[in-house]
Amino acid sequence: MKNNWWKIVAVILLSYTIYFGLMGTVPRRAILNESIRNVYFHVPMWFAMIAMLSTSVFNAVRYLRSNDLSYDIKSVEFTNVAILLGILGCATGSIWATFTWGDPWPNDPKLNSVAISMLMYFAYLILRGSFEDEQRRARISAVYNILAFSVFIPLIFILPRLTDSLHPGNGGNPAFSDYDMDSQMRRVFYPAVIGWALLGTWIATLRVRIRRLSEIED
Amino acid sequence: MQELRTLIGKEITLEWRQRYALNGMLLYIVSTVFVCYLSFRLKSNQLTPITWNTLFWIILLFTAVNAVSKSFTQERAGRLLYYYTLASPQGIILSKILYNSVLMLILSLAGFGFYAFVMGNPVGDLPMYLLTIVLSSIGFASSLTMVAGIASKAENNGALMAILSFPVIIPMLLMVMKLAKNAMDGLDRSASSDEVLVLLALDAIVVTLSLILFPYLWRS
Repeated sequence: MKNNWWKIVAVILLSYTIYFGLMGTVPRRAILNESIRNVYFHVPMWFAMIAMLSTSVFNAVRYLRSNDLSYDIKSVEFTNVAILLGILGCATGSIWATFTWGDPWPNDPKLNSVAISMLMYFAYLILRGSFEDEQRRARISAVYNILAFSVFIPLIFILPRLTDSLHPGNGGNPAFSDYDMDSQMRRVFYPAVIGWALLGTWIATLRVRIRRLSEIED
Repeated sequence: MQELRTLIGKEITLEWRQRYALNGMLLYIVSTVFVCYLSFRLKSNQLTPITWNTLFWIILLFTAVNAVSKSFTQERAGRLLYYYTLASPQGIILSKILYNSVLMLILSLAGFGFYAFVMGNPVGDLPMYLLTIVLSSIGFASSLTMVAGIASKAENNGALMAILSFPVIIPMLLMVMKLAKNAMDGLDRSASSDEVLVLLALDAIVVTLSLILFPYLWRS
């Protein structure tokens, strides 16, 4: 119980998010209309994905410093969850884009950046698959993980801001908090971010435990 | 510093002894350009400047991946082990980055010369375009050297090199293509200063990371 309180927090926050996300009042905006509720589901996916990837890199660094394989397992499982969140983020964004921008995959720098970073992390998984030796696999994939993350950050945060983008917060557009979120929405949005990040962590820790158990069985 | 000079000297001697590899790379870029020339000649007036620019950078991208991927595989594992007992990892990666930058510089300038010769030259601001080529050679070489190091540790590294390097190099490639387009259109140079800065920053990130991470890589 002492170690599991955050799982309860995750459930409470996500129930709150889903209820108030669908039932709460939202401001009326042109084009967006009711689809603005997707802010509670689409945007937190990316926040949670970035949190998962940061955790993964943190564990990769810890692996390189200690050569302890348990950090490697954590690193890869957090990356797996990040990829899942990324796919969900793309899917929710695609639905949203269909109704607001009229195209499920508009040619937008942010989307392209995300697609590239997904390719990068798929490559990470393939790289891991090409090694037999555990220590070697762990070391080399940790090195690639750090390299990939340091390309991911400019790709997501810097490059889209230099060009025109449909997304708020890019190409000189103000970030979404400036104009389309009121305090009512923020009351749902921030818990949603924390809730999804906690859920991601929960999935990752479960997968780490499954992997450890299967290793003991072998 | 002495170590670095010796290591670069070693790379150059090695390359000179295996001249066929260097000549092979030059022939690779020349024949790729020629294939593009023959393919596009069918509709010669339809090659817009944007297509011209994009095609050139795609050719350079593939040349870079091919040229740099051999930097760790051309020496046998035993010999690599021997170097590692003599030199520091930072010295080795830095010498490889510098050497690959020079190699890329030669290849891309030669490639550009031949490309402009057969495909025409719509570039408005030639010094700026050449500067872009110089910056991109250094950038491609530095990011690909580290990836080549990673890929060389795995079996089947030809395919792995491509899938690992393309995503890593795309941000740089996008910046370079934008910079090259500005130079080609002959825009005022102040318009490109942002891109030059981002490019230099990306180079700095990759080189620093290579220096930090390579010691972990070579131990395996």
